[in-house]
Amino acid sequence: MNEQILHILETVRDPEIPVLSLVDLGVITAVTVEGNTVLVKMTPTFVGCPAMDYMKAEVETVLQQQGYEPRVEITFEKPWSSDLISEKGKAALKKYGLAPPPDSTLFTDLEILETACPRCNGTHTELKTPFGPTLCRAIYYCHTCKEAFEQFKPI
Amino acid sequence: MNLALKELLYKMADDQLILGHRNSEWTGFGPILEEDIAFSSMAQDKVGQSLALYTLLQTLGESDPDTVAFTRNANQFHNCILVELPNQEYDFSLIRHFLFDTAEALRFEALGNSSYEPLAQLARKIRGELRYHTLHANTWMKQLGSATEESITRLQNSLQIALPYALGIFEPSPYEAELIDQKIFTGEVALKEKWMAKVESVLNQTQLHLPDWKTITPVYGGREGKHSEHLQPLLDEMSEVFRIDPSAEW
Repeated sequence: MNEQILHILETVRDPEIPVLSLVDLGVITAVTVEGNTVLVKMTPTFVGCPAMDYMKAEVETVLQQQGYEPRVEITFEKPWSSDLISEKGKAALKKYGLAPPPDSTLFTDLEILETACPRCNGTHTELKTPFGPTLCRAIYYCHTCKEAFEQFKPI
Repeated sequence: MNLALKELLYKMADDQLILGHRNSEWTGFGPILEEDIAFSSMAQDKVGQSLALYTLLQTLGESDPDTVAFTRNANQFHNCILVELPNQEYDFSLIRHFLFDTAEALRFEALGNSSYEPLAQLARKIRGELRYHTLHANTWMKQLGSATEESITRLQNSLQIALPYALGIFEPSPYEAELIDQKIFTGEVALKEKWMAKVESVLNQTQLHLPDWKTITPVYGGREGKHSEHLQPLLDEMSEVFRIDPSAEW
C-alpha cells in the first residue's frame, strides 16, 4: 500500500478508541493511487459499528486537505479481524487501559481465553460479560487489582 | 436466481431487524447490568447486520434500507414468528436467544461458502460476531439450566412454549431446490438437522428436558407474511419517527 497515503491516514483515529489510528486498527484494506485520485478500501470492525460513516468521512476530509480526490469504498472482501491490529496498536491499547485481543483463531464459542489485566499483567481474571460499552469490548474483573477492566475482544 | 436469492436475504434481514428490536427493549430493563448491556449490544449487532443484508438487496434492485425497514406492513415481512413474540420475562428472552442464535450462527457458517460471493463475504464476517451471541446464550443456558428449582422450571416452561416457533425458523422456502442447486445456500432441512444436534448437545449439559422432536408441531407462516398479532405494533413503534418525518436526520 502507498506509504505516503498511509502516513496521512495515520492521523485519522477511531472515535471510540482515540489512541488507535485507522491504519493500526487494520480497517484500511487497500489503497490505490491513480494520478490525483485515491481509492481507499475500508472494512468495519463490526458490521453494526456506528462509527463507520464517521471514519469514512474523516478519511475523505484528510485526503481532500492534502489535495487528493478520495474515493472510499466500504467492503467485506477482506473481513476485519482483531488479528489485524498492529503491534504498535496493541501496545497503545494496553497503555490506554484496554487489554489487547489474544489470537482470534484460538477463540471458540465454548472456551474463554486467559486474559491478562492491563494494569498488573496478572492472569487471575474473570470474564464478567462478553459485551461492553462498545461492540468491540468485553468486561473482565481482575481479582488481584479487585477492579474491572475492559478487553478489546478477539474476533 | 434473483427471486430465490432475494427471498433468502429478506427473511434473514427481517429476522435480524425484528429480533434486534426486541433485544433493544431490554435496554434499561435487564435483570442485571451485564445482561442489560449484553442484550443492548446484541441488538446493535443484529440491526447492523440487517442493514448490511438490506444493502445487498438494494444492489439487487430493491429499495433503500430505510424504506424497506420502515415502510412495509406486517404482511410484507418475512421473519419467522419466533423473533416477533414479545420479550415476556427474562427466561423466555433467554430461551429464544439460545434457540434462534444457535440457528443463525449455523446459517451464517454455511453461507460463508455461498456461491453468491457478496453474501459469502458478509457471512464470513458475521459468523465471527455471532460467536459472542452463542457464547452468551450457551453460558446462561448451562448456568441457569442447572441452578435452582425456580430457574430450571422457568426455562423449561419457556422452552416448551418456544420450541414450536423455533421450528418455524426452518419453514421451507418455495426456492429450496434452486438455492441448493445453485449452491447459494445448503437449505433449511440441512440447517435444521445441524441445529437440532447443537441444541441437544447444549441442553444435555443442563437439567432441562428436550421433548421428542416428533411431538412438536412447527408454527409456520412468518416466511410468507402471515404473522402473529404482535408484529404490527412492533413495526408501528419502530417506524414512528420515520413516518412522522422521513427526511429527519438521526
